[in-house]
Amino acid sequence: MAEFSLPNNSKIIKGKYYKDKTNSKNIRKVNVYRWNPDDGQNPRIDTFEVDMDNCGPKVLDILFKIKNEMDSSLTFRRSCAHGVCGSCAMNVDGINTLSCIKSHSDIKGELNIYPLPHLKVIKDLIGDLSNLYKQYESIQPWLKTSKTDTEKNEILQSQKDRSKLDGYYECILCACCSTSCPSYWWNGDKYLGPAVLLQAYRWISDSRDEEKKERLKKVADELKLYRCHTIMNCTNSCPKGLNPAKAIGSIKKMLATS
Amino acid sequence: MYNNKNPLSPHLEIYKWQISSLLSITHRIVGVINILAITLICIWTLFLLVGENSYEPIELFLKSFFGKFIIVSLCWTFSFHILNEIRHLIWDMGYGFDLRVAKITGVLAFFGSFVLTILFYLIGKNIF
Repeated sequence: MAEFSLPNNSKIIKGKYYKDKTNSKNIRKVNVYRWNPDDGQNPRIDTFEVDMDNCGPKVLDILFKIKNEMDSSLTFRRSCAHGVCGSCAMNVDGINTLSCIKSHSDIKGELNIYPLPHLKVIKDLIGDLSNLYKQYESIQPWLKTSKTDTEKNEILQSQKDRSKLDGYYECILCACCSTSCPSYWWNGDKYLGPAVLLQAYRWISDSRDEEKKERLKKVADELKLYRCHTIMNCTNSCPKGLNPAKAIGSIKKMLATS
Repeated sequence: MYNNKNPLSPHLEIYKWQISSLLSITHRIVGVINILAITLICIWTLFLLVGENSYEPIELFLKSFFGKFIIVSLCWTFSFHILNEIRHLIWDMGYGFDLRVAKITGVLAFFGSFVLTILFYLIGKNIF
């Protein structure tokens, strides 16, 4: 049975309040989830008064500003800051997204920032994604072919076949979709989740791959695949505008018609 | 499962509801209600075999205001489940996954369920 409430060690307590010291007139309250593995306390929500007159346009800019000017212990992942690497995925204003491409002006009122939902927190906004990576490995995301030597140097693909990968190859594995999915929250240990299933579909529909049947057979499982109930939180949250729900639907259809 | 010291990040209470997720959970709840309702209706019809005396109290109950409220509510739960299930069937055929389309069909299913409820009610009252 799924556990709908948080375990005792995860209940959120009241955190610190950081007052603005710049006397700015354009202030925004930003609530950030904090957890420090070293102090033995429960997670807390810290509130920061951020001077918006001297802040970049994206949510990640706010986090950097807090880290640089208010509390240097704030911990979050980030790398490219252009929506390409997928490191800064987090829950902003209730929806998973990449903080580097989410404009804070799109959000009204106080800004709430949490780590990706239903993950073990490593520190502050960093969640443990090792389960997702293990599942990604389980679908064997590489080209499988019986071709050898020179044949293998270049496997040609028609433009039509190549276009079948559009909307799927762009996935950056930021895990926004998987961690937005209630099915994945309750059955994350067995259900593969939207991100991994989208990748599975990407390899199933690749014309160069010769193990389509085996791949389909492997994924056809009550728990691995059919825990998807088309809730569509995945598609709603994907920061790259992809459609994992459609990919999963396509796998289901392939299995039903093959 | 989560016995080590790392906390679990908040999920249900912080995630913003979407039209699609709201309809999905409603579909589930309504499905459970429907199964219970069908079972009760079956038991009720079984009373027909036993005789008038056992059948009558239930009919009296259903004619009361509360009983009527339950019947109309069940009309809605069945209507909603039928319409949303059509959505699911279309998804199973591989269509309607586009975010905008899914939103529109969701809203249609929701409001359509009320229209269907009124229709059921009127048919039940022999208006047509």
